Amino acid sequence: MNTSAHLKFAKTDEWFDAESGAIGISDYAQNQLSDVVFVEILVEEGDEIAVGKPIASVESVKASTEIYAPASGKVSAVNAALADAPETINSDPYGAAWMIKLEGGAAGDELLDASAYEQYCEGRGH
Amino acid sequence: MADISTALDAIIVEPTVFELSSPGRTGTTMPAADVPAADSLPEHLLRSELPLPELAEVDVVRHFTRLSQFNYSVDEGFYPLGSCTMKYNPKINEDTCRLPGFLFTHPLQPIETVQGNLALMFELQEWLKEISGFAGVTLQPAAGAQGEFSGVLMMAAYHKMRGDTKRVKMLIPDAAHGTNPASVGMLGMQVVTIPSDERGNVNLEALKAACDDTVVGMMLTNPNTLGLFDEHVEEVIRLVKDCGGLMYGDGANLNALLGIVRPGDLGFDVMHFNLHKTFAVPHGGGGPGSGPVGVSERLLDFLPNPLVGIIEEGDEEEDLAPLYGFVTPKHSIGRMKAFHGHFGGGLVRAYTYIAMHGPDGLKDIAQHAVLNANYLQAKLRGTYRIPFDRICMHEFVAEGRFEGSDVRALDISKRLIDYKFHPPTNYFPLIVPEALMIEPTETENKDTLDRFVEAMLKIAEEAQSDPELLKSAPHTTRFGRMDEVKAARELILCCWLPENYESLT
Amino acid sequence: MTYIPISPAEREAMLETVGVKSLDALFEAIPAAHRFPKLNLPPALSEMEAAAHLADLASTNENAREHLISFLGAGAYHHYTPAVVDHILRRGEFYTAYTPYQPEISQGTLQAIFEYQSLMSALTGMDVSNASHYDGATAAAEAMNLAYAQFRGKRKKVVLSPFLNPQYREVIGTYAQAAGIELVGADAQTDLEATPESFAELIDEDTMLVVVQYPDFFGRIYDYQKLAEAARAKGALFCIVANPTALITLKTPADMGADIVVGEAQPFGIPLWFGGPYLGFFTTKKAYIHKMAGRLVGETVDSRGQRSYVLTLTAREQHIKRERATSNICTNQGLLALAAAVYVSTLGKSGLQKVADLCYQKAHYAASELSKLDGFSLRFDAPFFHEFALTCPKPAEEVNQYLLDHGILGGYALGKDYPALKNDLLVAVTEMNSREEIDALVETLKEMN
Repeated sequence: MNTSAHLKFAKTDEWFDAESGAIGISDYAQNQLSDVVFVEILVEEGDEIAVGKPIASVESVKASTEIYAPASGKVSAVNAALADAPETINSDPYGAAWMIKLEGGAAGDELLDASAYEQYCEGRGH
Repeated sequence: MADISTALDAIIVEPTVFELSSPGRTGTTMPAADVPAADSLPEHLLRSELPLPELAEVDVVRHFTRLSQFNYSVDEGFYPLGSCTMKYNPKINEDTCRLPGFLFTHPLQPIETVQGNLALMFELQEWLKEISGFAGVTLQPAAGAQGEFSGVLMMAAYHKMRGDTKRVKMLIPDAAHGTNPASVGMLGMQVVTIPSDERGNVNLEALKAACDDTVVGMMLTNPNTLGLFDEHVEEVIRLVKDCGGLMYGDGANLNALLGIVRPGDLGFDVMHFNLHKTFAVPHGGGGPGSGPVGVSERLLDFLPNPLVGIIEEGDEEEDLAPLYGFVTPKHSIGRMKAFHGHFGGGLVRAYTYIAMHGPDGLKDIAQHAVLNANYLQAKLRGTYRIPFDRICMHEFVAEGRFEGSDVRALDISKRLIDYKFHPPTNYFPLIVPEALMIEPTETENKDTLDRFVEAMLKIAEEAQSDPELLKSAPHTTRFGRMDEVKAARELILCCWLPENYESLT
Repeated sequence: MTYIPISPAEREAMLETVGVKSLDALFEAIPAAHRFPKLNLPPALSEMEAAAHLADLASTNENAREHLISFLGAGAYHHYTPAVVDHILRRGEFYTAYTPYQPEISQGTLQAIFEYQSLMSALTGMDVSNASHYDGATAAAEAMNLAYAQFRGKRKKVVLSPFLNPQYREVIGTYAQAAGIELVGADAQTDLEATPESFAELIDEDTMLVVVQYPDFFGRIYDYQKLAEAARAKGALFCIVANPTALITLKTPADMGADIVVGEAQPFGIPLWFGGPYLGFFTTKKAYIHKMAGRLVGETVDSRGQRSYVLTLTAREQHIKRERATSNICTNQGLLALAAAVYVSTLGKSGLQKVADLCYQKAHYAASELSKLDGFSLRFDAPFFHEFALTCPKPAEEVNQYLLDHGILGGYALGKDYPALKNDLLVAVTEMNSREEIDALVETLKEMN
């Protein structure tokens, strides 16, 4: 499993980059989902969102899941390119597959750092 | 978009009707017009082209015959697909449903001209009431899922009528079919998942904690999707009713209960039937289904519109049949579909089947369906782990995995195909890892079951000795495993006539 | 023991393997007070008796092949089905198979559905077709579900043409109450001459969907292009409920700007069968497939490089998406989609055109002859295909009763749904109606007082 040291993670497998305000899903999550074929971002630029709000819906060949905001703030950008290339979530979950960016985003209280999240995932079996 | 070159590179086993087309062919003749020609429609209302295939009748017959040979079916062999009740479909039903009196009656004909149809529907309503213990039955819903949607609509309407507007929660066990939460989702209700206990029953403590005055009701499949009859079903129903909720029964597994117990007697308020499972209506490659719904006294007025009723009583002494017609329940939730349900394909076949069984024959069905399932379970128990191991009903769930092997349920299933069996249901219910859900039905003999057991035991050996054999299965079929990712990414969802079609001669 | 192939000796051996003494002992989990109820049902019939009993029931009906001349349509149509259709349908390989969950051994069903999808897309002009819905009415309701999901519940209003089949409006109403959707436009007092353009004023920023019928319930043909543009201007989706036989001739809904085209494909090789099972077709633009309910077959290759087909985008559906799914639908009308595919393939382009032409010519002959009768006239001036509203000199119910006494199913009495049309009959004419039958209708009405 691969994590990125500067990110914070939610137990529902979203990551939050406090520096850029970006949000996406973890390598563990994309691996569980397998081949992603559809992404829909459920929020728009300018929306104020709270922690836990559904921000995207992702469908793979065999599964479907909602993505919840790991942080609160105002949506400053939406990754429109993702809709046309949902497979990016599998190939580059921490990079090109960011979903939205928050302005003045505040991380949720229960986010884990990378090593704690790694440990958490290892304990989940499969 | 589709990568055309990839598509062209694939080996074509059977061309499509578009590829088989040739300009100027036709598969049928029609009489010449016997009326004077009328003015045509104005040009701007007409279509510019009609890009449909042209084939001769023999082309059509050979094409679809070849396609049929790519299918596995109940007529060919054992089909233990759990939760789907793939029993044998008696041939007489195929003839009765095609009687001209049924085939050529229009749904809007005056009732006086369709008394045979209406009598059949009325009697079937009565029979289903008797079999299930409910006070009323609608035959209208098109399939189980639509029956379920009707049922949930009635539950909502019942609470609304009483001014009980705070009820928003539907309790659903973790082993439920996906249609249960989806039906609830269609009404914007909130799903509360209730876990199972270690014997596969509803966890009573969790249920007690969830029961309050915001509960719409509970949707319970019983026997559940583990194939187990809930040992505390009466207690479950009492808890739900004590908090003012209604009890929905998912009738998907009714085959195990015919003549054994009536859901209405247990206290259920509403249940859908799957005529295509329980009463041998063929599954048709994925439909049509037929999903009548039974309700208790307190939901009678909410049934979908219309029902079949008696408009004028008959007189037996004078050999005068009653006049049947359509009636509207007082607070009906409305119409679920156009016309009156899946009459020809569903109701006539189910009626024929029930008529040929009678009360004792129906009980035989349930008893032997349960015997066959328990026999398979007993024979497989030592080799495949049965996580909830007790006397099952019409089906049981085994784990498709082995200690120290990375072979999965999917691999076992695909390998079964090599042994000429249809695989069980995979990966459902979700609470059993690598689930193999096995439902033999009552229409299989002991030899077939023994051959199936033999294949399953052989596969368990192969999983240790040659796991690759399983992972690359099936080997003996016309087609190998499909690239599902390619299908979902490229989304080629239809085909067309070839680009140079008009110039073909 | 009708269809149970287990001998008494085998049963005993199996019970021993299971470890119980009797069949009844398998049911101890069932509350004793309710176990083994005595069912009050008629005793079992043998196959011979059942066949006779069912034949008896069927012959109690008067049907459109043996007894009655029929001009009844209004959503279900009497067409000729070539023999080949039922011969294919009766193949056990098709009708006793289940949903094609194991594609390696279901390519027959899968390719047939793929071809059905292709034929419906070609007919409507739309990008994609799903594997079908229960019937035309529920397909229209699923169009509403699609729109609701597309706008994620933010738009709450659906504009329904008052000239949409009343049963379809009822079904949409049933589905709408579930999600709290507001329906506008369908009003019994509507101006019956209102043009499609006049509905444009009902469309606003809260409108998710506009639904019209083509030809409309009275058989009238309108070009909906302007109304489609008005819907688009407000960001709403536009759905056309179409008759597939009429589409053989008419400008495609895609050309008018439809986002969703649905309808009842019963006219394509499916018997009247007293109302079902029928075949709801559902076609749309590629942009909306992720919000479309129902099964979908896509092309792929297998491990041996062979072209093949699978159920695809299944994560949209209820068994995976559960309460977040657009609809709870699981089944499609698989066998009937096969019937439609065989029907369209057998008639082919020229046969279908011939059927459409016969329907059109005969309906226009009937309309022309009937409107020459004293007291009878065509209710509307708009162009029509194979169905039209006929104004009669007395209530349509009485006219129908009179015709029935003469062995004719006259048509659909419109007064039930449109009080202003108490004297109007909706008359459908297909290739099944010979000139003699049409003349008999005309003669019979001529003699009616």
